[in-house]
Amino acid sequence: MSKDKQPFDEMFGTGEEPREPYKSYHKWFEGEQNARLRKKAHEAEQAFRRTGITFNVYGREEANERLIPFDIVPHILSNREWQKLSEGIEQRVRALNAFLHDIYHRQEILKAGRIPAHMISNNEAYLPEMIGVEPPGSIYTHIVGTDIVRTGEDEFFVLEDNARTPSGVSYMLENRETMFEMFPELFIQNRVCSVSTYPKRLRRSLAACAPPACDGKPVIAVLTPGIHNSAYFEHAFLADEMGAELVEGHDLRVVNGRVAMRTTQGYTPVDVLYRRVDDAFLDPLNFNPDSMLGVPGILDVYRAGGITIANAPGTGISDDKAIYSYMPDIVEFYTGEKAKLPNVPTWRCSEPDSLAYVLDNLSELVVKEVHGSGGYGMLVGPAASRKEIAEFRAKLKAKPDGYIAQPTLALSTVPIFTNKGLAPRHVDLRPFVLVSPNGIDITPGGLTRVALKKGSLVVNSSQGGGTKDTWVLES
Amino acid sequence: MMLGKTAGGLFWMCRYLERSANNARLIEAGSRMTMTRSMADDAEWESVLSTANVKELFLQKHDHVKRADVIDYILRDRFNPSSVMSVVESARNNARMVRVALTREVWEAVNDTWMRLKEALARPVADADLPKVLELIRQQSAQVRGALQGTMLRNDIFNFCGIGTFAERADNVARILDVKYFVLLPSVSMVGSTIDNFQWEAILRSAAAERSFAWLNKESGPRAIAEFLILDRRLPRSIAFCYTNLARNLAYLEEEYGETLPSREMCEATLGRLTSTDVETIFDGGLHEFIQSILRSNNALGQQIEKDYRFYA
Repeated sequence: MSKDKQPFDEMFGTGEEPREPYKSYHKWFEGEQNARLRKKAHEAEQAFRRTGITFNVYGREEANERLIPFDIVPHILSNREWQKLSEGIEQRVRALNAFLHDIYHRQEILKAGRIPAHMISNNEAYLPEMIGVEPPGSIYTHIVGTDIVRTGEDEFFVLEDNARTPSGVSYMLENRETMFEMFPELFIQNRVCSVSTYPKRLRRSLAACAPPACDGKPVIAVLTPGIHNSAYFEHAFLADEMGAELVEGHDLRVVNGRVAMRTTQGYTPVDVLYRRVDDAFLDPLNFNPDSMLGVPGILDVYRAGGITIANAPGTGISDDKAIYSYMPDIVEFYTGEKAKLPNVPTWRCSEPDSLAYVLDNLSELVVKEVHGSGGYGMLVGPAASRKEIAEFRAKLKAKPDGYIAQPTLALSTVPIFTNKGLAPRHVDLRPFVLVSPNGIDITPGGLTRVALKKGSLVVNSSQGGGTKDTWVLES
Repeated sequence: MMLGKTAGGLFWMCRYLERSANNARLIEAGSRMTMTRSMADDAEWESVLSTANVKELFLQKHDHVKRADVIDYILRDRFNPSSVMSVVESARNNARMVRVALTREVWEAVNDTWMRLKEALARPVADADLPKVLELIRQQSAQVRGALQGTMLRNDIFNFCGIGTFAERADNVARILDVKYFVLLPSVSMVGSTIDNFQWEAILRSAAAERSFAWLNKESGPRAIAEFLILDRRLPRSIAFCYTNLARNLAYLEEEYGETLPSREMCEATLGRLTSTDVETIFDGGLHEFIQSILRSNNALGQQIEKDYRFYA
C-alpha cells in the first residue's frame, strides 16, 4: 500500500499480457484504428450534450452546466470478482440498516461499548426526531452507493458507504446506452450483465416499502431541489424511467394527514417519496426553518405512517466519515461475522494519539472532513503544496474531531483512451444497492469514476474526474 | 392528471418557443421594409418594438430607435426578457423542469435549439448573416414542433402545449394588428398607394401569411387583410384559428378531468365573437377597439387557465 509501489493495473496486472477479464476486449481494441475510436469518442460527447446529461458545478456562475467526460474503455470485472464484491456489500448494507435501527431504538451497540456514545449524541447527522420511529418495512437505507477501491488482484476496500442520497446511477445507465450505440459488436462478443433494469427494480423496491396509509398501487414521487441542483438531470431521468412524478417542495403540502402533490385536479396523496434533498432541508417546521426545498410538516406525517421517505431521515449518521472507522465493528456486531470487505485504515483525529501521528505524516496521508463530500475540503498529502499542508495543519489543530485521515492508497488503474492510445488512470467503483423488505438487490455494474489527470487520485466529477462504463461479465 | 407545476411548465415552454419564432418574423418583416424602401425608417423599427411589447424597456437602455440596436435587442439582449435568446433559455429551463412529461425527441429538440442559438447569437449578428440566423431560428422552431407532433401522446400534456402555443400566437397576431391598425383604416389608407402596399405586405409577412394570402387570390386591401388575419380559420396564424384550437384543447381537458372550469367558458365566449361576426361589423365597431378587447380577453384567459389548472401554489 506504499505510494512508491507501482499501482495495480486492472487491464494488464503487473505484466504485459491482459488479465483474463480484459482478454477479449483487448483483442478487439488491438484490431481497431485509433482514428475511428477518436471519432467515436467525439460522437459520444456530442450525444451526451444533446441528451443534456450535464451537471452543475457549485461556485461557478456562468456556463455552469458541464459534461462529465466519458472514456470509451470499459472497467471490466470477472463474475468471480463481482460475486466477492456483492457478498461483501450485501453484508455491509445489512449491517448499516441494523445499526440505524439500533441507534434510533435500543442503542445496544452503545451499551456494549463498541462505539463511544458521544460519537452518536454529538453528531449533527444524528436526528433525535427519529428516535423510536419505525420506518415502513424497517428500512432506512433504500438506496446505497458503496464506493469500492482496489489495490491488487484480490485487494478490495470500501472507501465510503454513501447511505444518504447517493448519486451517479444515471451515468451507469447512460454510459451503457452510449456504449451500445457506439460499439454494438462488443456486446455480441462479450456476455455483459445488464444494468438497464435498474429503474424498474428501483420502482419495485420503493413500492415494496409503501407506508401503512397506502391503499392500492403506491404513488411514487421523486423530490428534487429543482433545475439548478447539480444532479437535476439524474432526478428527472430516474422519475422519467420509473414513471414517477418529479416534484419540488412547493408542489407538496400536508393535506388531511397525508403529504399530497398539487395536480391539475387538486391535491393527490404521495405514498413513497424518493427524496434527493438533504435532511436539513426536508421539513422547515422540524429542521431548517429557512428551507424552501422541503415540505412543512412532512416529518409528522412520516412518524404517523402517512408516507415513506427514502432514504429515511437520519440515515446520514451511518455514512458519516467518523462512524466509517467503526464499520468493521458494526458489521461484526450485527451480523456476527467478520467484515468480508475491509475498510481503508482510518485515523480518527479526535483521538490525541492518532492526531499526533497524522500531524507528523501529513505529506503521506489523505485527510478528509468528517462531513465533507464530493472531493471538497480534502487534502491529498503527496500531491499537496507546502502551503496547503500548512493550512490543513492549522485546520486540524483547531478542530481535530472534524477530520479523519487515511493512507494514500495506490488505487488500481484502468487504461483510458488518449490521443496516444491507452494510458493508465486511477479509478474507483460505486455499485448501486436497493434495499426493501424483499431483500437486498445489487445491480451488477455501477459507476466507475476515473481521474483523467495522470497520477491524480481524485476521481470526483466536481474535481475533473470522468466516468467509464462498468462491465460485470456473465461468466 | 399531472402536477400543476408541470402543466404550467408545458404552457410556458410552448409560449416561449412560439415567441422566439414570432420575434424572428418581426425582424424579417422589418428588415424587408428597410431594404425595399428608399428611405430608412426608424418609425418602422419603433413599431417592431411595440409589436414585441418591449418598446418601453428598450428606451430605458437606448435614447434613440436605431435599426441595429433594435435587432440586437430583440435577438440577443439578456436584459430583454422577450429576446430570442432569453425566451429560448426560458423555454429550455421549463423543458428541464417538465422533462418527465416530454419524450426524449422533444427534449433533445429543445436542448438542441438552445445549443445552436446560443452559438449563433453569441456575438452581434452582422447584416450579412442576419437572414441565415433568422432562418435558423425558424428551422429550430419547426424541429421542436415536429418532435411534439410526431412523438407526443395526445393527452393532457399535449393539450397544455397547444394552449401555450395558441395563446401566444393569438397575442402575437393581435399585437401586429394593434400596432399597425392605422394602416388598415379606410380614412387614411389611399388604396393602391405604394406606401400602403409596403405596409400591408409587412403586416402579412409578420404573420407569415403573405404567400397564403396571395395564393388565395384575395383582393389586397385593408379589409381583406384584417379579415384574413382575424377571421379566416384556414390560416394557421389567424386569431380565429388560434381560438378554435384553444377551445378544442380546453374541451379535451374538460372531458378528461370531468369538470367544467371558467377558462373554458371564457374561451368559448371569445371564439363565439370571432365566428359570429364579419369584417364589416368589426370595422363598423372600430378595428382598434375590437383588437384591444381581444388582447384583453386573451390575457385574462391566460390568467384564468393558470388558476383553473393550479400552475402555482
